[in-house]
Amino acid sequence: MTKSTLEVMNEPPPGSDELALTICAAHDNRPDELLEIFHDIQHDLGYVPEQVLPVIANALNRSRAEIYGVLSFYHEFRRTPGGRHTIKICRAEACQAMHTQQLCQHAEEKLKVKFGETTTDGQFNLEAVYCLGNCALSPAMMIDGDLYGCVDKERFDAIIADLDRGAAA
Amino acid sequence: MMKVYVPRDAAALSMGADAVVKAIAAEAKKRNAKVEIVRNGSRGMLWLEPLVEVETSKGRVAYGPVKPEDVPGLFKAGFLKGDKHKLCQGLTAEIPYFKNQERLTFSRCGLTDPLSIEDYRANGGFEGLTKALTMPPADIVTEVTTSGLRGRGGAAFPTGIKWKTVHDTKSEQKYVCCNADEGDSGTFADRMLMEGDPFCLIEGMTIAGIAVGATKGYIYVRSEYPHAVATLREAVRVATAANWLGRTIQGSPHTFELHVRMGAGAYVCGEETSMLESLEGRRGLVRYKPPLPAIEGLFGKPTVINNVLSFAAVPIILAKGGEFYRDYGVGRSRGTLAFQLAGNIKQGGLVEKAFGVTARELIEGYGGGTLSGRPLRAVQFGGPLGAYLPNDKLDTPMDYEAFMKVDAMVGHGGIVVFDDTVDMAHMARFAMEFCTIESCGKCTPCRIGSVRGVETMDRIIAGIERERNIAILKDLCETMTDGSLCAMGGLTPLPVMSALRHFPEDFNRPARAEAAE
Repeated sequence: MTKSTLEVMNEPPPGSDELALTICAAHDNRPDELLEIFHDIQHDLGYVPEQVLPVIANALNRSRAEIYGVLSFYHEFRRTPGGRHTIKICRAEACQAMHTQQLCQHAEEKLKVKFGETTTDGQFNLEAVYCLGNCALSPAMMIDGDLYGCVDKERFDAIIADLDRGAAA
Repeated sequence: MMKVYVPRDAAALSMGADAVVKAIAAEAKKRNAKVEIVRNGSRGMLWLEPLVEVETSKGRVAYGPVKPEDVPGLFKAGFLKGDKHKLCQGLTAEIPYFKNQERLTFSRCGLTDPLSIEDYRANGGFEGLTKALTMPPADIVTEVTTSGLRGRGGAAFPTGIKWKTVHDTKSEQKYVCCNADEGDSGTFADRMLMEGDPFCLIEGMTIAGIAVGATKGYIYVRSEYPHAVATLREAVRVATAANWLGRTIQGSPHTFELHVRMGAGAYVCGEETSMLESLEGRRGLVRYKPPLPAIEGLFGKPTVINNVLSFAAVPIILAKGGEFYRDYGVGRSRGTLAFQLAGNIKQGGLVEKAFGVTARELIEGYGGGTLSGRPLRAVQFGGPLGAYLPNDKLDTPMDYEAFMKVDAMVGHGGIVVFDDTVDMAHMARFAMEFCTIESCGKCTPCRIGSVRGVETMDRIIAGIERERNIAILKDLCETMTDGSLCAMGGLTPLPVMSALRHFPEDFNRPARAEAAE
């Protein structure tokens, strides 16, 4: 199989195969725990490299196509390396009622990326999400598992500045 | 030692509850005040979060919304004694928003430390399960049937009938699955309960296990809820250690193990068969029905699947009897529902009331109208697959049948309020767009229909052959309604057609080049 440019650019971190094997074993190599396995790999590597899929397929005794099919079905899993922080802004109805569109536009301008992209300094992924369960305090946003409510442009800028400072420290 | 409560609920955290805790601890140290900070669940008055409560001889006094910079002032004003301050809301139990609710399912939420079994038991916890452990399984099912409880996830199927089917189906292994994939915008009650009173869900699922003869259970929580996942995992550990889960529960012959599984950002996995596929480690493709999951569910075995709040209603039904629960509500909608006031609303939060309360009472009486102060124009009920209703339909009582009569659904009790800046053609387009993003792709009406729906809406918005395209839109919606495999494609037409029916003027505005983005 010839490698695409993207694949060459994204050689998985060394030791990924061993990590995948260890994680599969920790889940007793159970195929029904595949989502948990992906979550664990993504937790450790920041994404799920496609190169580890044959390893998982072998460990779980499923076809590579099945494993790939599961990975690509779920929005949560990244298949390419991303930035240090993942910003998810809610674009669902309750947040729209509080003008999340304006927040989204502001975020794109501020970070100079579109949704689904990573900032050039590798600091932030910007992602859309549909509901964070904080609908009474809209618009809502989540960064690396931390939830924020009533996010206006000023609050967004302050949160991002805090994270940037944290990175510099 | 003064007891101060600061919620650990994600909504409170999203408004800075952790920073408030730090500020209180620091200020207490500075002043040599002995303060014990308890991290409770949320009371559900979310516009007041972080809502700090202080225990006094008269009861708990509430202050909110508290910012870290308010903390020195609160100490100075004597908040540890419950004294006056501009953020003081008085006794929590006397706040009208809270006082006038009928809290059955959420009776403990916000009151207790969610991970303390002692707190749980001191407030009626495990009374239902203790009773169930001594009852014949068929009697437990009868009790749930008597209560009139219907599925709180939105479909409102009678829970007792579902349980009876699983109970009557012979199998060596059966399962209980909790659908905690609360993906509907405008809903957060499942999350609040899982974070604020997780033992209640565990107790309800265990009772279900005993009733139908299942020894294993799964809770499928969406990955957007990391706090709920963490709280549930800890709660399962604590309950297992205290023998309220696991083998020979409290010395009885019953066994019930519980596992917490995390989804991965697929809305469609809130559809029960799609959730089963996901729990089996596969793509979340919807299954054909029949067979019903109650007969062939998880791993092909008979499975009870209920929403978080359906299970969470069960402990009180067992503890106080099915008739006690049935006495709340109207018509065929029995008991209470946790209504969630969201979107553009002044006092957003959770209001648990018996069925029959009107939408207007909830939105204006509890919610206080729009946050922006502008006139209310539209309200979406029951999540992204629910209908939009205009102001003049808000006197409809919240009960399943009354809402059907106005071509809407109560669903999971989510209520999203929009002011007059909303463009309903845009919202109709968004409903279709959401379906393109979240469709599992198995059936054509949903997979292709939604894409065509977005294109058609774009033409309508752009002013291209409007009449013809509206006819196409109607036809498309009919196909999706009648031909889709599940509610994803089957109900997407509901918000679209309700927007068209109630707000036709928005579909006939001056053309805009760019589609609403």
